[in-house]
Order: sequence, then C-alpha cells, then structure tokens
Amino acid sequence: MGTYALRRLLWLPFLLLIVTFISFILLRIGPGDPVQVWLGQHQNDAVRQRIRAQLGLDDPLVAQYFRYISGIVTRLDFGESFRYRGEPVRDLLAKRIPVSLQLNLAAIIITLGIGIPVGLFAALRQGTGWDNVVVAVALAFQSLPVFITAPVLLLIFALRLDWLPTSGWEGFFSPHIIMPAVVMGVPGIAIVVRLVRASVLDVLGQDYIRTARAKGLSETAVRYRHILRNAMIPVATSFGFTIAGLAGGTFIVERYFGIPGVGWFAIESLFGRDYPVMMAFAFITTTLFMLANLVVDLMYPLLDPRIRLGAGNVV
Amino acid sequence: MSSNPRQPNPRQSGPHQREPETVFQGSGPLVPVSVLSAQDAGAGQSYWRLSIRRLARKKLAVVCLSLIIMMYGGALLAPLITPYGYTQQDLSQSRAGPSLAHPFGADRLGRDMLTRVIYGLRTTVIITITSLLGGTLILGVALGLLSGYLGRWVDSIIMRTGEVTSSFPDILLILIFVATLKPRLVLAVQRFEDATGLDWIIRVGLVDYAIIAFALSIFGWFGMARLVRGQVLQARESQYTEAALVTGASTARILRSHVLPNILSPLIVSISAGLAGVAGSELVLSWIGIGVQPPVPSLGRMMFENGSIQVLRNEPHLILFPIGAVTLLFFCFNILGDAVNDAFNPRAR
Repeated sequence: MGTYALRRLLWLPFLLLIVTFISFILLRIGPGDPVQVWLGQHQNDAVRQRIRAQLGLDDPLVAQYFRYISGIVTRLDFGESFRYRGEPVRDLLAKRIPVSLQLNLAAIIITLGIGIPVGLFAALRQGTGWDNVVVAVALAFQSLPVFITAPVLLLIFALRLDWLPTSGWEGFFSPHIIMPAVVMGVPGIAIVVRLVRASVLDVLGQDYIRTARAKGLSETAVRYRHILRNAMIPVATSFGFTIAGLAGGTFIVERYFGIPGVGWFAIESLFGRDYPVMMAFAFITTTLFMLANLVVDLMYPLLDPRIRLGAGNVV
Repeated sequence: MSSNPRQPNPRQSGPHQREPETVFQGSGPLVPVSVLSAQDAGAGQSYWRLSIRRLARKKLAVVCLSLIIMMYGGALLAPLITPYGYTQQDLSQSRAGPSLAHPFGADRLGRDMLTRVIYGLRTTVIITITSLLGGTLILGVALGLLSGYLGRWVDSIIMRTGEVTSSFPDILLILIFVATLKPRLVLAVQRFEDATGLDWIIRVGLVDYAIIAFALSIFGWFGMARLVRGQVLQARESQYTEAALVTGASTARILRSHVLPNILSPLIVSISAGLAGVAGSELVLSWIGIGVQPPVPSLGRMMFENGSIQVLRNEPHLILFPIGAVTLLFFCFNILGDAVNDAFNPRAR
C-alpha cells in the first residue's frame, strides 16, 4: 500500500512534465506572435527585438521550457500574461479558479446527490415499472452535452418561467449557481444511476447479504451498511471519469451563464495567443485531474478491505 | 501493468469464454455452449446470427439504428436532398420562423435552417466516421496487435504512451493541438492550392475535417489498443494457439482465426458506445470555434451563434432545431450502444 502510493506519487511529476512539455511546444509553434499582442498599435522593430530578448523568446525552446518549469517549482511563478500586460498569471488565475472549483463542486453534489439515491431506488425495485422508467430515462439523458441542456433550461426556467437568473455569479450560495450546476451535473447523473443500479444488483446477489438478513439485521442496516457501502466501489472508480467529463463542460457552461471562471478565460487566452495563461491552465488542470485520479485509486482499499493495492493479485 | 488497478481484466471479454449458464437468457432455444464454441471457432456464424437476432428483437434499438442510418445517409447525400444551398441567402427571409418554404425557418442571413442543419449533421457524420475508423479501428487495433504480439519494449512504449494520453483531460490537449496546428496546416494547403490551381480544398472544409479527425484519433485509440492487446496475450497463452502453432499455422492465420473473432464483438460494442463521445467532441470543438470554419455549417457553431439570450427570447427556432437534431442523434446513439452491448456481450448485464 505505502509503496504503491509512493510509486504513483513519483510517477505523477514525470507525467506532468510530459504533458506540460507537449503543451509548451505546441503553444510555441502555434500561430501569432505574442510580442505583436504585447505591442498593440505601437509597432517598432527595435522595441520588438528588445521585448523578445527580455521575455527570453529567442532562447532555444528546451531552455525556455526548463526556465518556465523551474519558475513554477521554485517560486510558483507562472510568468506574466501577454494580454493583460504586467499582470502575473498566478494572480489572474487565482481570482478565477475558486469560482470554477465551486461550480464543479456544486455539479458533483448534484450528480452524486441525485444519482446514488435514484440508482439505489431502481435496483431495489428491480423488474418493476419504476425500475424500467428510471433505466429508460437514464439512458435517454446519458451523455447529453451541456450545450444542449444549457439553452433549453435557460429558455424554460429563466425566460419562460422566470424562476432563475439568466447569468452572473454571486458565490456558492445563490440562485445563480443552480442552473449551471444542474447543466453540468446532468450527464453524470445518468451514468451514476446506471452504475449504482448495476452494482447494487450485483451486491444483492452476494452471500453476505443473505447472511446479514438471516442474522436478523433490520432492512435499513442491511441497505446502508452492507449494500450501499459495497456498491460504492465501482462508483468511486468512475469518479475520475466524472471529473474529466466536468472539465470539458466547464468552459461551455461558464460562457453560457456568464460565470467569471477559469475555463472560458483559458479558451480566450488560447485564441488571444496568451501562452502563459494557457500553459498555466494546462498545468493546473492536469495536476488536479491526476491528483483526483490518485485519490480515487487510493480510496479503494478504504472502501473495500479485500483490495490491497500493489499486491500481486490485483491486475 | 500491475501498477494500474483500473486495467481491465483481459479475461473478461470475447465470445470464447462465456459461462454456460449465463449465455442465452430468454432468447431462443438453449444451445449447449460446447456446441456453440465449436461453431464459433469455425466460421463464427452462429454467434453472429444469435447476436444480431438478439439485437433485432429490441424494437427501440432497431428504430434508433434506422434513424441513425437515415441521418447518416441523408447527411452524406446532403447536396441532393437539401432544398437550398447552405450559403444561399434570402435577406427578406431573415430570421423567419418555420414555414412551408423553410420548415426549420431561416437564420439571420436568410439561409434555410433545414439545409444548414442537414449540412451540419454531415460535418458531424464525416468526423465520427473518419476518426472512429482512423483512431479506434486502424490505430487502436494495429497498435494493440503490435503491443500484444511483439511484447517487450514495443509493448512498454505503446502502453506507456497510451497511459500518458489518457491520464489527462483529452479535450484540453485536443484544443491546444487543433488551435495551434491548424493555422500552419491551412497555410501549407494554401500554398499547395496556389501552386496547383485547385481552389476547393479549404473551401469545402477538408482541412478542418482532417485535423479534427486526426486530433480525435490520437486521443481515441488507447481503449481499443488495450483491449486488442489483452486478447492477443490471452490467445498467446492458450492451448488452442499452441495447437495451431504445432500444426504449422502462420502468425497471420492465428491472428485471423483465433484473435480476431474474440476482438470483433468488443470492437462493435466499443464503437457503438464511442459514437456519442466522438460526436460530442466534434460539437464542442465547433462550438468553441476551432472546428469546421464558416461558411461550412456545423451544429456546434450554430448552437454557439444562436445561444444568446436575445435569440432564445426572440427566435428560439434558430437554436431549437439544431438542438433537436443533436438530441435525436445522441438519443439514438445511446439506445443503440446499450442494445448492442446487451446483444453482443451477453455477460455484461
């Protein structure tokens, strides 16, 4: 267990280096001259040369890359934005990341908060009409992209019914977060429902459930202590994928609902040739994503003591 | 290998290793598995016939399959079946609602929305087909075979590369990839067009199609490669391969008659399940604005352009029709993918 976690942790920076290196090279060979963006109207060759030298853009790419990485590691310095002249990328992102994280958290709460009970409900009524309805609805809504649900919900709940605000951001506890979070959470709900249902059905057939019932435990105890806990393992596995799915939806939702998060900001930076911002975004997103996956992997043995990570019997 | 607990068990898929009692739940006469396996190993006839019969019994899935075929067919034949050209403008009809002449209404420039939705579908269709063919089928199967068959460092390189590509949010890298490389490619093709006198390559969106399909392919091969590799490894250790080797069968023959039949059904399942994902990525890219460039229509771009509050308030048909088309497509993908999984993979219930 300990060595396994350690190995994964050591593998992490290595992966990060690969990913950031690819992004770095790609962004540097991309179109447009960042200095052009910097200078704006005032084009002057001498000034351009000076700025290029100042920014180190004339050095070999590998040297630039290592300077960049060492800046991050030693000083948490992601460089300066090209578009917002003189503003450190760190400050630009620090304002926006918490917003996106809160939005994602709300979406996860909605996904799991609806998905798990509904999946459990369907499984415990297997073969009845309820089960069929839940399965059919989940199937229909699975992987329904955010750019479909967002305008439809906007049309219904903001424009026709006028229940919710169309856009804006006022923190985690405000009606503004409801629609974007629902939009982001919905595709995951269907997946979680199906997963929970399948895995509860699997657990229901196990001997230990019969034993638990036979020794006279109350139905509630059987349900929550035995069924739900065991059924959560596959759900935890898929959680990494859920997070990946959210990452893709974030910027679309932020754009639709006018949320000042990091997602749409990064897309704008990509189009505005603001390399440092896009690089930092790639770096941070990848790190978070990998850490989330690592946590998920390390969670297995807590959920199911039968699983021993790193042992030979685990494929 | 052993460091990744999410590695699927290679022994879990393929028609050769079904357990007798779980095979034909309520579908036709019960065939003893020993008989079936013997037939499987030969032409594989009865397995396929049974799977297809199982699929045909699901009415909703058949309806969805027909709808998908209709949409794909209609999209590919777009120039023949659309009433207008996709760039044809009629400003007097600007933002007109649905009518007999324009069943889906007309957009800001008076272009027929039905025509544009069909052409938009065509974009999605072309990209799903090319990137599934290129990425999942060709790259995935080829790299999986290589990895499983050659083993050693080839295997390590392919599998580690795959793990790297799948260990971060792929949409992020696809974005960077397309945004940075496309302008270069467009420039190169422009030079080529100037030199050869051709002028339609960029105009019809060929460059856009190519780079998006390529970007989706290089991030979409790993699942299939891992699956194929597992099957190859399993076949290598099995006694029937040993027997085939002893009787003098060539590598190609072993791959064809022992590995391929085991791969085919998971292949069908994973392609039908992957359709929605690839289509979704294409839509996201177009939505952001680095997909297919105007005037070539794409549903993603249409939804972006018409996604403002003003349009939603005043001309909702401009966004509801593209949304309807996409929803129908995704709905059919999901139903079909699920039914195919049930039919071809009877143990996955």
